[in-house]
Amino acid sequence: MHIAVILKQVPDLVEEVEVDSQGTDIDRDSVKWKLNEFDDHALEQAVLLKESSGAEVTAVALAADGVDQLLYAAVARGVDRAIRVTTASARTDAPAAAAALAGVLADMGVDLVLTGVQAVDDLHGQLAPILATRLGWPHVSVVSRVSLEGTEAEVTQEYSGGRMATLEVDLPAVLGVQAAPRPPRYVPISRLRQVMASAELGSAAAAAAAPALGSTVTRLAAPPQGQGAQMLEGRPEAVAEQIVALLRERGLVEA
Amino acid sequence: MAGVLVYVESDGERVAPISFELLAAARELAQSLGGDVEALVAAADTGPLVGELGAADTILEVTSPALAGYLPEAQQLVLVEAIRARKPAVVLVGYTSAGLDLAAGAATATGLPVVAYCTGLRAEGSDVVADSQLYGGKLVATTTTSTPAVFSVVAGSFAEANGHAGGRGERIVTAPPAGLAQLRSRVLGTTGAGGGAVDITKAERVVSVGRGIGGADNIELAEELATAMGAELGASRPVVDSGWLPKERQVGKSGMTVKPKLYLAVGISGAPEHLEGMHDAGLVIAINTDGDAPIFKVADYGTTCDLFDLLPAITALLKPAG
Ligand SMILES: Cc1cc2nc3c(=O)[nH]c(=O)nc-3n(C[C@H](O)[C@H](O)[C@H](O)COP(=O)(O)OP(=O)(O)OC[C@H]3O[C@@H](n4cnc5c(N)ncnc54)[C@H](O)[C@@H]3O)c2cc1C
Repeated sequence: MHIAVILKQVPDLVEEVEVDSQGTDIDRDSVKWKLNEFDDHALEQAVLLKESSGAEVTAVALAADGVDQLLYAAVARGVDRAIRVTTASARTDAPAAAAALAGVLADMGVDLVLTGVQAVDDLHGQLAPILATRLGWPHVSVVSRVSLEGTEAEVTQEYSGGRMATLEVDLPAVLGVQAAPRPPRYVPISRLRQVMASAELGSAAAAAAAPALGSTVTRLAAPPQGQGAQMLEGRPEAVAEQIVALLRERGLVEA
Repeated sequence: MAGVLVYVESDGERVAPISFELLAAARELAQSLGGDVEALVAAADTGPLVGELGAADTILEVTSPALAGYLPEAQQLVLVEAIRARKPAVVLVGYTSAGLDLAAGAATATGLPVVAYCTGLRAEGSDVVADSQLYGGKLVATTTTSTPAVFSVVAGSFAEANGHAGGRGERIVTAPPAGLAQLRSRVLGTTGAGGGAVDITKAERVVSVGRGIGGADNIELAEELATAMGAELGASRPVVDSGWLPKERQVGKSGMTVKPKLYLAVGISGAPEHLEGMHDAGLVIAINTDGDAPIFKVADYGTTCDLFDLLPAITALLKPAG
């Protein structure tokens, strides 16, 4: 059983995300990047499957600044090997990534592909369904638990209102992971250093070109300043008093 | 190539609210782009559903035992075949679990462009201009897309009330795709909501905790405030995925939808998937140290005070003296 887990970096939203001078993309140089949190869960799920079923796991990411670090971290977390995929295009959108990865994954002979259900910059669709459709494989997104039974995967899919279903999918397949059954594990820096000194990253070149998107971004901007919240100012004690006064005025707590 | 095709979601018995929003959006687009509003409904028995689809001009019905229960593979086959047969200018899918499965998948299979996370759509000539929420709601991307194209639409973006009537409601029964006989996936079972110890959907006051709370040990702070306020504790998804609070307290797209009179959001950024579960709350107060956090766009009142200072201060004021 060979599992590939696809990882990508996204802007850390805790920091400010600035728009570039053209006003159509983020300022990619000023952004602080981090592993997409849903990919982080996909990685955890892959390592859990390795531990429970002995599957072999390869982490795969499109080559970019900072990606090597991310792949070393995946090795430190427990994947067997990590591969960066070089492309002719600088595009990182899901249709471009799927085009680049489909051939590489097929050549690797993987049985199961795990990736995050979405990323905060997936304007042109999410990777799992695009990649699966290109490969002609079944796919399921919003997955929160995966187990393997022979040549099938059993997965939990979540819906709104707290509903869930258990689906069985023949392999090979692609799953868009929402959450692993347990929080992503923490790797000590010492272990990461050790991996960076000893592990070697593999690489592969994408054969397919990125497809046209048929869609152009004309503007990227902060949401319009609507009504917005009325901000309560002052020291915490003063703000607390204002909040309690608001609640009492409206009869939301006892006077 | 004309008209707007809406992918209808249901649990087999009722049409999902998002589908009415899509039908309302479809009518606006069809008025500019021309053509009909078409509703695609695929189920084991479409009988209970068609009566709710009066906003569509044509209702494309696909029935098969293989369509019992929601199976992404089966639904994608049906949607792809409908796009090929009807050649709509625009395909609308909700940004739901089904939308995450199907919008980009069907677009890829048919070679159409796809634009995700849409909150606004308008026609410009034969193009569609869309607004999409990106970066957790911190930025909005405006795109121009040539038709035909697929759009996935965030719940709460269009008026559901406008999606119930006004179409011709003609029924067209279509044969199920041959591929349904060779599916490579199956539904083993489903579980409904509930069964947990609490039901936050009925609470009048909710104190909802986000990742800003920092760890399981700090939940206590919010718990004390909730007790003093007579509120239920709610949570964002990462708090639940980290195991700090149980799943039954999760508010949002893949959790519960709450409509309390008071929603106090504590250390929650206000991602679209969270807002989906609480946008009908009465008074919304947000506590978040990041003044740019999207939660402040939907809150009535907000403060950038540190929650670790503010929560104990509010609790102290609400506790009976002595
Ligand atoms: C298909 C799908 C379904 C999803 N379903 C849901 C769902 O049902 N519910 C849900 O919530 N999410 C859901 N999500 C996840 C969603 O996209 C966001 O990742 C999530 O809502 C973020 O949670 P958060 O606001 O707690 O965390 P963050 O976005 O990390 O925000 C934490 C906030 O805390 C603030 N903060 C930090 N420290 C302090 C402090 N000391 N005092 C005050 N403020 C502080 C920070 O400024 C920050 O804004 C879903 C995602 C997908 C893809």
